[in-house]
Amino acid sequence: MAGKEVDALTGIETTGHEWDGIQELNTPLPKWWLYVFYVTIVWAIAYSIAFPSWPWLSGYWGGLVGYTTRGQFNERMADLEASRAGWYDRLGAASLQQINDDPELLQIATVGGKVIFGNNCAPCHGTGGTGRPGGFPALVDDDWLWGGSVDEIYKTIQHGIRNDTDTDARISQMPAFGADAMLTSAQIAAVADHVLALSGQGADNAEGATLFAENCASCHGELGKGEPSLGAPNLTDQIWLYGSTRQAIINQITKPKMGVMPSWAHRLSDVEIKQVATYVHSLGGGQ
Amino acid sequence: MASADAAVAESKVTGTGIGVPPAASAEETPKVELFANRIKVYPRMVAGYWRQVKWAVVATLLGLYYIAPWIRWDRGANAPDQALLVDIAGRRAYFFGLEIWPQEVYYLTGLLIIGAIGLFLVTAWAGRVWCGFTCPQTVWTDLFMWVERQIEGDRNARIRLDKAPFSFDKAKKKVLKHGAWLLIALATGGAWIMYFYDAPTLVREFFTGELSSAVYSFIFLFTATTYVLAGWAREQVCIYMCPWPRFQGAMFDEDSLIVTYEEWRGEPRGGARKGQSFEGRGDCVDCGMCWQVCPTGVDIRKGQQMACIGCGLCIDACNGIMQRFGRPPELITYDSINNQIARSRGGKTRIRLIRPRTIAYMVVLAAVAGIMTFSLSTRARLEVNVIPDRQPLFVKLSDGAIRNGYTFKILNMRREPKSYMLATDGLAGAEISVLGHHNEPGPYVELAVGPDEIGTFKLFVRAPAESLTGKLTNFDFYLIDQGTRESIRYTAVFNAPPHREERAAAAGAGS
Repeated sequence: MAGKEVDALTGIETTGHEWDGIQELNTPLPKWWLYVFYVTIVWAIAYSIAFPSWPWLSGYWGGLVGYTTRGQFNERMADLEASRAGWYDRLGAASLQQINDDPELLQIATVGGKVIFGNNCAPCHGTGGTGRPGGFPALVDDDWLWGGSVDEIYKTIQHGIRNDTDTDARISQMPAFGADAMLTSAQIAAVADHVLALSGQGADNAEGATLFAENCASCHGELGKGEPSLGAPNLTDQIWLYGSTRQAIINQITKPKMGVMPSWAHRLSDVEIKQVATYVHSLGGGQ
Repeated sequence: MASADAAVAESKVTGTGIGVPPAASAEETPKVELFANRIKVYPRMVAGYWRQVKWAVVATLLGLYYIAPWIRWDRGANAPDQALLVDIAGRRAYFFGLEIWPQEVYYLTGLLIIGAIGLFLVTAWAGRVWCGFTCPQTVWTDLFMWVERQIEGDRNARIRLDKAPFSFDKAKKKVLKHGAWLLIALATGGAWIMYFYDAPTLVREFFTGELSSAVYSFIFLFTATTYVLAGWAREQVCIYMCPWPRFQGAMFDEDSLIVTYEEWRGEPRGGARKGQSFEGRGDCVDCGMCWQVCPTGVDIRKGQQMACIGCGLCIDACNGIMQRFGRPPELITYDSINNQIARSRGGKTRIRLIRPRTIAYMVVLAAVAGIMTFSLSTRARLEVNVIPDRQPLFVKLSDGAIRNGYTFKILNMRREPKSYMLATDGLAGAEISVLGHHNEPGPYVELAVGPDEIGTFKLFVRAPAESLTGKLTNFDFYLIDQGTRESIRYTAVFNAPPHREERAAAAGAGS
């Protein structure tokens, strides 16, 4: 531009352009705005040197202060673990019985156990351990397939049920009486009627009772009270994992469904399993 | 702008009123600026009765404020021994022998109502005594002005100092003044925190740097507000910030005592020499002392106005002048409008404290105070909170019984350990078990709660299906203190699966 043009009326420099006789004043930016702008430029340069910023062809500029989000995450996790260390040590040193007898440890274990349960167990057993249809047992009631003492619960969580990954997993198998032609369908119906009678649902029959004693009592007990060491359910109570109708019982005798649970020992630490076991035991049904 | 500046400059000279041109230009229509510049007020020192009263009130209130947190009150072990304390972390408020739990915070409402109605009553009787004498803004501003006077001198000296060019002496005085102000502000902000923190500990930890950053920032906050409001903002708080002056006029009537100018004998005003006759003229000698001593810079001769805080200092100033001229005192006086009318006519004056308005205030005040006293003296020191489990709502047990879970909280508000007996009422055959305390269900359980503690228990109630009346059954928890036999009932709900008939009815209604 050839020299500055100054508007006579206001005394302010113009942009030098003219549109239909109108000239625009070249009003300067406010000083404070300009300085803040300069500061942000300096800040941006300094920031991009100090922190991860510019991409290379492979990789990126890592920054002088060595910050990474993953590093920060690990730091925070380490802090978290350090803050829990005192409790973890105490929970690790105490036996399950000691944890349940000490109100303070019980509180810590159930609070932690609830979170671990929500992250790992709730998909099958439901939030709060209410169970889900299709053979995922409720953990809040007092009916236990494999034992409801805190030690038995701990063992179940640790090794799981009927899985291939843990040699100590709880194992049992109910024969497929119908599918493998061990009983005729008439016999199965008679056994089903007897089983219904055990829990007070309908009349008993002699044939069913005899067949039950011969085929079922070895696991379920002569009175049908079940056997926790074999995972054989109590047939005299009101809780039925696969349904309490006559048809459901016939189906179960014909071709039984049996639940599978993974082993958690390789996914949760011993303290965590102790916490979950204590939490599950505290849901109300623990024995 | 130029005319506004002139108006400001002129009123600086005569100093009459807030942003209003002086009386000299009364014949012109005064120009009212929407955004008036502040005219700095330089109040002159004055001696007299009301000044004495004000000093006494300032000393008493400041003394109370600074000393009260140091009063000790023994509450036994494990309890703070400070008489006045709002223990935020411990969730308790202490007032001598009184201990308030967060659940009882509604007592604060009663206190605020008493404060408000009390303020209304006092205002109806005696005008703005709150503003003029006891408001913290007034008390601290008075203190700050006193400090200012000690360092920079009285009104004229201060005006000269502000106009003077920069000099070592000026800088020294200003630094000294603001330093003293900041020290007072720090003591004020610190003392405020003492009501929320053990006072001796606070002082020690303040200097050793052990306080949390939150406490330091609150001390800083209250220091800053004290310094800004009492040192810089002053009368602007009363005129622009405070809502009270805007509506306190609603409590006034013609029998309320107010600071007022006896216009009927003051006018026509004019300058006077000592010993001259006051025949045919008013008593006002137009010396301007009344507005020079005013902390908010108003001219009381213009009549009652919002910026007048009713402190009475102009009465002292005018009495001194009247005495010098041998005229009767109380030309500016603390009186009611009715009395002023009576005086101007030579009639009898009287002070009416009992009026319909004040009776109404007193009745409300007595009622609220009565309710507060009654409820405080009979308040329960035992409470329970029951939170039913929502996941699951109920559990069916192997014998067909239904179990519900509850989180049961017992608030033991006494400072002694307690043992309670808990039973249910309304559920035949119901049994209670408590996780970690009573794992075997029984018809009742014993629960122990430490002194001044909330005991939290995970409770299971199991009830036989026959005792339930469908999806919802109401029943009571019945808790009794085994020592004092104090008892409490809490109605809870027992959830259960619907009965067969209910299910059938629901299905029928649906189809």
